[in-house]
Amino acid sequence: MKRRVEALALHAALVALAAATLLPLWWMVAASLMPAGEAASAGLRLWPSRPTFAHYRALFDELHLARQLANSALLATAITAISLAVNTAAGYAFAKLRFRAREPLFRGLLAAMVIPGQVAMLPLFLLLQALGLVNTFAGVIVPGVASIFAIFLVRQYALGIPDSLLDAARVDGAGEARVFWSIALPALRPILVTLAVFTFLGSWNDFLWPLIVLSDDRLQTLPVALANLAGEHVQDTELMMAGAVLTVLPVVVLFVVLQRHYLAGLLAGAVKE
Amino acid sequence: MSRRVPAALWFLAPALAALALFFVAPVAASLLLSLTDFDVYAVGDPSTLRFTGLRNYGALLGDPSFWTALRNTLFFVLVGGPLSVAVSLGGALLVNARAVRLRGFFRTVFFLPVVTTLVAVAVVWRALYHPRVGPLAELFRAFGLPAIDWLGDPRFAMPAIVGMAVWKNFGFNLVIFLAGLQSIPERLYEAARIDGAGAWQQLRHVTLPMLAPTFLFVSISTLIGYFQLFAEPYVMTNGGPSDATLSIVLLMYREGFRWWNLGYAAAVAFVLFLLILAASVLQLRLRRGAALEGAA
Repeated sequence: MKRRVEALALHAALVALAAATLLPLWWMVAASLMPAGEAASAGLRLWPSRPTFAHYRALFDELHLARQLANSALLATAITAISLAVNTAAGYAFAKLRFRAREPLFRGLLAAMVIPGQVAMLPLFLLLQALGLVNTFAGVIVPGVASIFAIFLVRQYALGIPDSLLDAARVDGAGEARVFWSIALPALRPILVTLAVFTFLGSWNDFLWPLIVLSDDRLQTLPVALANLAGEHVQDTELMMAGAVLTVLPVVVLFVVLQRHYLAGLLAGAVKE
Repeated sequence: MSRRVPAALWFLAPALAALALFFVAPVAASLLLSLTDFDVYAVGDPSTLRFTGLRNYGALLGDPSFWTALRNTLFFVLVGGPLSVAVSLGGALLVNARAVRLRGFFRTVFFLPVVTTLVAVAVVWRALYHPRVGPLAELFRAFGLPAIDWLGDPRFAMPAIVGMAVWKNFGFNLVIFLAGLQSIPERLYEAARIDGAGAWQQLRHVTLPMLAPTFLFVSISTLIGYFQLFAEPYVMTNGGPSDATLSIVLLMYREGFRWWNLGYAAAVAFVLFLLILAASVLQLRLRRGAALEGAA
């Protein structure tokens, strides 16, 4: 009996926490479907009286957010693809290729992880300005390409590939590029999926750097555009909720579909060396 | 072995070149920049640039905005950080309890806010916090509590941002705690039960000590993340009311990219770095001390 009561209390607590977690997201979706003015009328409403897609239509027809949606998708995809290639190669080298200064170099990279990215931003802006990359997509992509965290993640995973497997290919006359491509990459597949999801979500959600680099409306990403709109449309709650749903939906769907990979990678990163 | 040297170089070159050019060099340049009077004139004509030594740092110490930003950021870190970690740990203990059904479902739900776009949920929470018609105001009214202008009252704006941050972030650490909990060997609990330890004693003497490494990782990463507070006040309050939510990164952004005082902003950025470094070192020391004590 005591055990039953305990289990009941436990689930009650979990359901309460889950409700508190979901309520803001629920309200966001519900309000986005309400007729204009309803979300801000008296009384707590968790359901639209007459569901309408008018605000979603307004996002595309009047605010032309299709453009920023495409920008976000393009940028997140490009950053993901490039950073995957660059960091996988480096992480593999740190795990499986021998070269001078490998350990000190790796330790140096790990130590540098404590430096917040904001420290680099001011000179980075001047550098990109000198290169003519301010207000271009390249200016957003370039600083996001190399990631110490990603290198670390790939290295940890690559350490588990048996050397004998790589050496066997070398004995058969395969060059290092070939060993990497045919032996290491297939073995690294799980961590690459993880990293891809991780990088895509991170780039999609990124705010400060795109805000700094992209001043042209037509080049902006969805979060930057949403932040600007939120400043102008303080009263249009339903419209802003539709904008929030549009921004959040792609990454939430991606997470729910690929969550196993995403969480596996997060834990791999959290495990101490 | 020497045969492989060029190969490794090819593998490393893109990543290291990118890191050197777009991270290491800018960080070093940032230190130099903080020692100059680089301002809006120097953006147009670099020849007006002058080396000013530590003058920016001196000016920073005399700038009330800096102290406000520091106080607000420390509030966010020291109140929001432990609160987030506590909710994460409590949630993880709940999810990990033996009797729980649908563990995966709860884990997914709690993680959902983590993957959402910060700007978007900040817009949502701004509406939730609306003093007259926001859902939170309606809830307060239903329970007969006084109306609070969450984001418009300097006393409540920062706690309101902490509340949103806890909601947004607790799932991340929860998942990490959950993995830590699941890696504790079952035999330790069995041994404790044989010794007559109840649920509370098992938590106190088995779970929490075994969780110490996870706790350290979670605390440091949360701390580092919370020092970088920016998008929440930028979207929800724009640093107001009367600078009550001005954070260090928001100050850096304003000085650097609004007023183009890049030299001054670089000094702000470096202070942020030093704070994060000091906090990380302090936390490592504390934990190491605790670990030695525990071993003795």
